[in-house]
Amino acid sequence: MTSQRPEAIAALTGSMRSAVSRRRLLQAAGLGGVAMAAAACGAGGDAEAEATGAASAPAAEDLSDKDMTANWSNWPLYIDIDEESGLRPTLEAFQKESGIAVTYTEDVNDNNEFFAKVRTQLEQGQDIGRDIVVLTDWMAALWIQNGYAQKLDKSIMPNAGNIIPRLASVSFDPNRDYTMPWQSGIAGLGYNVAAYKEATGNDKMTTMAQLFDPAVKGRVTVLSEMRDTMGCIMASQGNDPSNFTEDQFNQAIDELTKQVDSGQIRQVTGNDYIAALESGDVIAVLGWSGDVFALGDEYAFEIPETGGTLWTDNMLIPALAQHKKNGELIMNNYYNPDVAAEVAAYVNYICPVEGAQAAMEKIDPALASNEFIFPSEAMMDRTFVFMELTPEQNEKYERAFQKAIGN
Amino acid sequence: MVAVVPSTGGQAPPAVTVKRPSRTGYILLFPGMAWLGVFFAIPFVTLFLTSLQQPIPGKSGKYKFGLEFGNYVTAFTEYWPVFLRSFVYAGIATILALCIAYPLAYFIAFRAGKWRSLMLVLVIAPSFASFLLRTYAWKTILSDEGIVTSTLNTLHLLPDGRILNTGIAVVAGLTYNFLPFMILPLYAALEKIDPRLIEAASDLYASPQTAFRKVTWPLSMPGVVAGTLLTFIPAAGDYINAELLGSTGNRMIGNAIQTNFIEFRDYPTASALSFMLMAAILVLVFTYIRRAGTEDLL
Repeated sequence: MTSQRPEAIAALTGSMRSAVSRRRLLQAAGLGGVAMAAAACGAGGDAEAEATGAASAPAAEDLSDKDMTANWSNWPLYIDIDEESGLRPTLEAFQKESGIAVTYTEDVNDNNEFFAKVRTQLEQGQDIGRDIVVLTDWMAALWIQNGYAQKLDKSIMPNAGNIIPRLASVSFDPNRDYTMPWQSGIAGLGYNVAAYKEATGNDKMTTMAQLFDPAVKGRVTVLSEMRDTMGCIMASQGNDPSNFTEDQFNQAIDELTKQVDSGQIRQVTGNDYIAALESGDVIAVLGWSGDVFALGDEYAFEIPETGGTLWTDNMLIPALAQHKKNGELIMNNYYNPDVAAEVAAYVNYICPVEGAQAAMEKIDPALASNEFIFPSEAMMDRTFVFMELTPEQNEKYERAFQKAIGN
Repeated sequence: MVAVVPSTGGQAPPAVTVKRPSRTGYILLFPGMAWLGVFFAIPFVTLFLTSLQQPIPGKSGKYKFGLEFGNYVTAFTEYWPVFLRSFVYAGIATILALCIAYPLAYFIAFRAGKWRSLMLVLVIAPSFASFLLRTYAWKTILSDEGIVTSTLNTLHLLPDGRILNTGIAVVAGLTYNFLPFMILPLYAALEKIDPRLIEAASDLYASPQTAFRKVTWPLSMPGVVAGTLLTFIPAAGDYINAELLGSTGNRMIGNAIQTNFIEFRDYPTASALSFMLMAAILVLVFTYIRRAGTEDLL
């Protein structure tokens, strides 16, 4: 394995730190090895040597045929669930049909947090025990660039061609050699319709200025995902989040700081805003389309007039995964339009599979015409994809953002 | 934390002829020492080394071995308000917990009679539910539409009109979560007090207040010291309460460490913060024990 140490594009290796992580410390300590700890301290050297060349992830011997299992890590509530049995119908069907037993774990809550959890193993060239992981664009990009994602064998994935044209090529993976989109979504305005009307007299919330309206002071939250929050604010200031300057970013930081310091923004959250909306503590949020949609009719989701951040979560196979082929078969299964429609009907996020809309007609015609699942071109024009950042930029902007939100 | 077990009084063990240390002693010590070595000493040293690493020039986000004591200066300059806030929150929570726990422990020790065991079980009972879950429950208790907040709002007692996501909620959560750690040592100390001493005090014409001040309180000091330490130390380093019940302006040092480790992957700063937290707590604890004059008591 060591002969194929991950090599990375020079500009992008920076984001991977060779510092000794706390986890690694414990690991070293667990082996009782002072030598281990010392070795970990010295890891900076060989990381430096990996600065050039194309990414190539090490592969392990594929046990797929002997060991009919696969481990899949995904975000919570991100696949169809049968409310009564608690089972996942599409996954059950796949297991029955293929004979592959899938262990599905909802242990990705946050891109950074998940990466922190598995990073040491990836850096040391160890299997992270997962055959599929689902990561947002920028994090998936980081994995590919560092050689932590394996090239997919499209020959056993005939359904892969069903990917919608808009997602078929992305900057970090032009041919979709490493990733397949799981779902996409939009960061925008979610609000409790009745409570919002009571507080402001307005029926609809359509601008970021309305989110920062003093009438809802202390009753709004924004997202802790930097790209989502900063993208929406930058757009509202007339700047382009897919192509901005540092000054423009700082201008948005000033606005965010102002809203945080004044107490307008109650909290900066991940998924927790759902509970806060439901309890009535919060009237309006910067949230994710599918989540708000799933809350029901009392709540509404609007893309801000100035635009909302569009993101995609991607399935990929980590380096040294032991059941690569089984993972690819799972991906292939979810690119079957019928299966994709079933998932989309439950999660209400943007479906990346061509033909799913037709399949959805059979499940629920109302959902087939839902623009948050099958968006029109006009709708897509109201979204933007956040600019791709170099590791240096990412670090600088992430720090500025965290500082603004009180960290 | 050697010195927190309530003393049993001044019975010194009878003098015995000093034997040569036997091998059995060392063998018995081994598991404990090995545990300390592997899970404390080695990580401690590595954490310290990490806190001194320096960035590799021209390579953002890469670190190498170094003796960069400046990391501590930068971390402190940036985070001292957060340190201060953590200690203030933990301090208030500790005082509140003491005020709540002392009468309760006193009651259980002296007045509970046959209900004593049941009441002790009730003190620990909330710990059967997970820490996280209990903290989540406080979100509901303190929610804007909840009974606590609306009552206080009717009385115009809340400046912001809310409790949840303010410092008050964080302190409330800390107090609640660490309360059992205050009650139990207090109970243990109070329970050991011989009631005849208090009787004797009143026989000597001490008023109940004076008897409490001169007899009960001094004898319960070991419990007070143990309880305040067991509450203050974890409360100062806690991050769950600030995360769930606080807002952007209520972040504690635990949150800062987490952000540096996980969001920024800035291990030197995070390690430096961890180290400073440890050092600050050690200094505070030693000063406190000295001031409380409990060395003789313990």
